[in-house]
Amino acid sequence: MNAPLDRGADVVTTAARHADDVDRNGRFPIEAVRALKDARLLSLLIPVEFGGGGASLFDVAEICTSLGQRCASTAMIFAMHQIKVSSLVAHGRGSAWHEDFMRRLCDEQLLLGSATTEGGIGGNMRNSICAFERDGATFRIAKEGALISYGAYSDAILVTARRAADAPPSDQQMAVLEKSQYRLERTGGWDALGMRGTCSEGFTFSGEAPVEQIFTHDFAEIASESMLATAHLLWSAVWFGVASDALSRAQSFVRKDARRHPNGPAPGALRLAEATAKLQLMRSNIVEGLKRFAKAQQNEDDLNSMSFAVAMNNIKIGSSQLSIEIINHALLIAGIAGYKNDTPFSVGRHMRDALSAQVMISNDRIFTNLSNMLLAQRIDQRLGE
Amino acid sequence: MLDTIRRLVDEQGRLSKAATAIGDDADLYAAGLTSFAAVQLMLALEETFDVEFPDHMLNRRSFSSISAIAGCLHELKGEEAA
Repeated sequence: MNAPLDRGADVVTTAARHADDVDRNGRFPIEAVRALKDARLLSLLIPVEFGGGGASLFDVAEICTSLGQRCASTAMIFAMHQIKVSSLVAHGRGSAWHEDFMRRLCDEQLLLGSATTEGGIGGNMRNSICAFERDGATFRIAKEGALISYGAYSDAILVTARRAADAPPSDQQMAVLEKSQYRLERTGGWDALGMRGTCSEGFTFSGEAPVEQIFTHDFAEIASESMLATAHLLWSAVWFGVASDALSRAQSFVRKDARRHPNGPAPGALRLAEATAKLQLMRSNIVEGLKRFAKAQQNEDDLNSMSFAVAMNNIKIGSSQLSIEIINHALLIAGIAGYKNDTPFSVGRHMRDALSAQVMISNDRIFTNLSNMLLAQRIDQRLGE
Repeated sequence: MLDTIRRLVDEQGRLSKAATAIGDDADLYAAGLTSFAAVQLMLALEETFDVEFPDHMLNRRSFSSISAIAGCLHELKGEEAA
């Protein structure tokens, strides 16, 4: 086991201790996030030269999975933060302000939030209504109806907007604003079915900052070269953690049952066998995706290719669907003991948390985009490279 | 060829301004081209020029400007002639 994963283990213990309370009260997992900061895991992806952990996305995904097994909200907050960090690392290099911000993120373990959605864009984050309004060396921005996960608890927020007031909706840029530079006016709450600790509330976001805080790379590049892959891979890693814990609980149930009834396996044992095949599919899907991303990062054309976009979108579709199927199997195996909320075999929270997978970026929206891309991109019929 | 590409960009690109007002090397994405519209544009180019865009041309750069599109078409037409 390597060092970041060791440090992750302590955070997992803390997250587990408070997971029920976080879920029941729909509150931010303050203890686990503090533990992430204490373990310096918020800067895990940042290169060593800027003071970070210099870890690979594989290590980050592993921690997402470990946390997902105990507190999906903490895991998802960690994943969403790291998605923002990946954009900072991929597109902030060469910009003095962003490089300095990376150093401060490491020193102060700043938690990054994201304001990429907006009221009136119909859920398509590749469109903006609001714009960066430049005035000399500073800019102003006001975004209405943004759903910002843990927005009230973020130390800085990465926000998208049109390049200028006269730019088309798809010509977007992204900027980093620090807590002292923005104001959040809460316009909606977060009393949700699952992922109750992410506190993904609605806000009107407004702020002003020096123009150097706007990334020089277009948001289109940031979205396709870092966000697309890291979001789908890390979210999937979280859901894998949730699903694998549910199945592990179901296995405990089957083993306990088998000890009591030694004359043949309970009917649930078959379901367990079937579900492990699904879990294996889910793992292969994610691991293959992590490798594909690592390879694409060596080649800018590959990273911006349609085949890469199709692959990453399919990973999200696959793992969101499989996680729910696996947890449902766990429920069928454990029966009432799984349905109840207070047994060692409970999978209710797992199911509620995992149901978010198909609506955080709606699978139907992804299918629509994929079906458009498949008018161009050929089906890959090879088994290997 | 450039005139035909401009006509198709106008018809399929859903840009914020007319293609005649866009230079050969100007960034079509900055003019409002989305990845969705880029696919529609590609289909129209395939139909009009009787070509098929291979997978290695299906990236952001291929549709980034009128001259980039013309470059792809030249390459495809050249392959055909060879």
